[in-house]
Amino acid sequence: MAILKCYKKQEPVSWRGSCFIFIVALVVSLTISAFLLLLQGKPVLAAMIALFQGAFGSLWAVQDCLAKAVPIFLCSLGVGLCFQLQIWNLGAEGQFAFGAIGATGVALAFPQWPAYALLPAMFGAAALLGAFWGALPALLKLRLRVNEIIVTLMFNYIAIFFLDFLVYGAWKDPASFGFPMTPTFSDTAIVGMIGDSQINWGVFICLIAGIVVAVFSRYTRLGYELKASGQNIRAAHYAGLPYNRLVFLVMVVSGGLAGWAGCLEASATINRLQPSIMAGYGYTAIVVAWLARLNPLIIAIAAFLLAGLRVGVENLQLDMQIPAAFGNIMEGLILLTVLAGGFFENYRIGRPRRLS
Amino acid sequence: MRKAIIFGFCLSLCLAVGMAGAAEKEMRVGFVYVSPIGDAGWSYAHDQGRLAVDAMPGVSTSYVESVQEGPDSERVIQNMARKGYDIIFATSFGYMDPMLKVSKKFPKTVFMHCSGFKTAKNMGNYFGRMYQARYLSGIAAGAMTKSNILGYVAAFPIPEVIRGINAFALGAQSINPNVQVRVVWTKTWYDPATEKEAAKSLLDVGADVIAQHQDSPGPQEAAQEKGVYSIGYNSDMSAFAPKAHITAPVWNWGPFYVDVVTAVRNGAWKSASDWPGMEKGIVDIVPLADFVPEKVKKEVADAKQAIIDGQKTVFSGPIADQAGKIRIAAGQTATDQQLLGMNWFVKGVVGTTE
Repeated sequence: MAILKCYKKQEPVSWRGSCFIFIVALVVSLTISAFLLLLQGKPVLAAMIALFQGAFGSLWAVQDCLAKAVPIFLCSLGVGLCFQLQIWNLGAEGQFAFGAIGATGVALAFPQWPAYALLPAMFGAAALLGAFWGALPALLKLRLRVNEIIVTLMFNYIAIFFLDFLVYGAWKDPASFGFPMTPTFSDTAIVGMIGDSQINWGVFICLIAGIVVAVFSRYTRLGYELKASGQNIRAAHYAGLPYNRLVFLVMVVSGGLAGWAGCLEASATINRLQPSIMAGYGYTAIVVAWLARLNPLIIAIAAFLLAGLRVGVENLQLDMQIPAAFGNIMEGLILLTVLAGGFFENYRIGRPRRLS
Repeated sequence: MRKAIIFGFCLSLCLAVGMAGAAEKEMRVGFVYVSPIGDAGWSYAHDQGRLAVDAMPGVSTSYVESVQEGPDSERVIQNMARKGYDIIFATSFGYMDPMLKVSKKFPKTVFMHCSGFKTAKNMGNYFGRMYQARYLSGIAAGAMTKSNILGYVAAFPIPEVIRGINAFALGAQSINPNVQVRVVWTKTWYDPATEKEAAKSLLDVGADVIAQHQDSPGPQEAAQEKGVYSIGYNSDMSAFAPKAHITAPVWNWGPFYVDVVTAVRNGAWKSASDWPGMEKGIVDIVPLADFVPEKVKKEVADAKQAIIDGQKTVFSGPIADQAGKIRIAAGQTATDQQLLGMNWFVKGVVGTTE
């Protein structure tokens, strides 16, 4: 006989209850992290302060986090859109790679173009190739009913190897002593920093993209149809909603956004293409989208916080020599507890009442 | 705003340096690693060097591990400089350009980059002539093989790795002219499973000594399981394959790092490209295993002494490439420039440099 039993709640909890669950989940994950620090004999409070300071404790740090959040946000925004439709696009990583490839191709082909022509061309090519890499799995799903989870995931590897193929071969800088990297972009191909800060103009692209996506899903008919279809695909079909078109649309938009992220990383942060551009932002995006419940505004916040965690962990290492793996563990714990917390929004656990 | 901050920073640094004359200021030295220090390989070897620096009086050290070579490295290096670290060592090729960028913003900090080729007024680069140790391990491998096929699990087709393979092949050929070296690329520095699989593929074509330019002991394990020999890398890997492990070319960064820190402290440091070899002890091989015959041990020891004395250089002509074309003419020795840009295999190596 079970002592405890799960009951489905009649109504999901209010946003206040939702916040409460989130905070409890966060506290649980931080407590486990603290325990891990104790195991290593590190002072817990000092470590948490070092982590926080490294992430948000100074103007520099906040700028670093913001810069790191840019690619995560763009990828996550697109992924979130797909997830709303219950299209499991795990391919942001590959779409990111193709975006970087497109931007680099243009940057290397027309280095003498002025910035006002070159940068739009780079962003155009990045969006086009990213969208193309998103459109293929969509077509495969719609025409041949191939599962998009597998296809998008496998497409990542193809994209990454294709990127490797280019930087090891045709695009390799002859002056790089055989190291796999393209030549540095010309100055006109580089997205600049805002004033004297560490943040590049990509932040504005994020802002605009975020607003457009938010407005789209909230105020347009297509956005409504998207959410409705996501709730129940079959009902959407019966209601005559353009499901196929929506699938294609979200995959293309998602691919395009991830492509822009790749373009910004190549242009603004590394100024060239090299294999280490693939830092896993496309996968981080999935985590962020889930943490944020697919809401564009919360995605922005979650991307910033996750970037903060990653930046802060570096400070933790530097000040207290805590292994890099600790940051990954913490990230995993937070995701796990927050997602597990989601369970309590729909269910409660209690003693089974005896029916008499 | 930025200029004001940098100016303020420089000012405070100047003050700090000024005061250092009066009261010996503690020097802070930072290290940036590309992989976790527990990898028993590349970063582990550098971290051993860091510990030697840490043991110096009046010096404290810290490090950040698992730093990606892209944008992350620039931020990490910059944060170290901001926090007032006096010397920063960055130990992966991909840190070169980020470090160069940061070095311009922090003119008072000393930046040291490992395995690259760019320098600035306050940024030097350094590496060790690992190919000398590889040559010695090649002699041992060439003497121990029965099938005359040596396997080489290699990470990336870049000059550093190609140079090592060539040196290994030349060493083996010096004692056994019929030997061939078969190369498999893994395209990863650290991936135990892939490295082991690559080693197995070499065993399948008849290799009976497995050498590696990889950071994990995966290839060592594959050799031991097959009952053949192996040559480790980075650190003594005999614990992973006691019956197979002949020797390993190893790094010994400690003395070099201590020298750099001492030079900076005495104001004697100048930006340079430093490429010391076995004579400085920065590279070496671990003692040959007990099962290696005395005769072979002597061959290796003699060659080692000759390299240390400068009587022997590994890449002295005539050296032909795979196609038989003479790349280094008789009586000539490869220049450092040729070595740093080496992108061809010597005769007797089976594989492509792509």
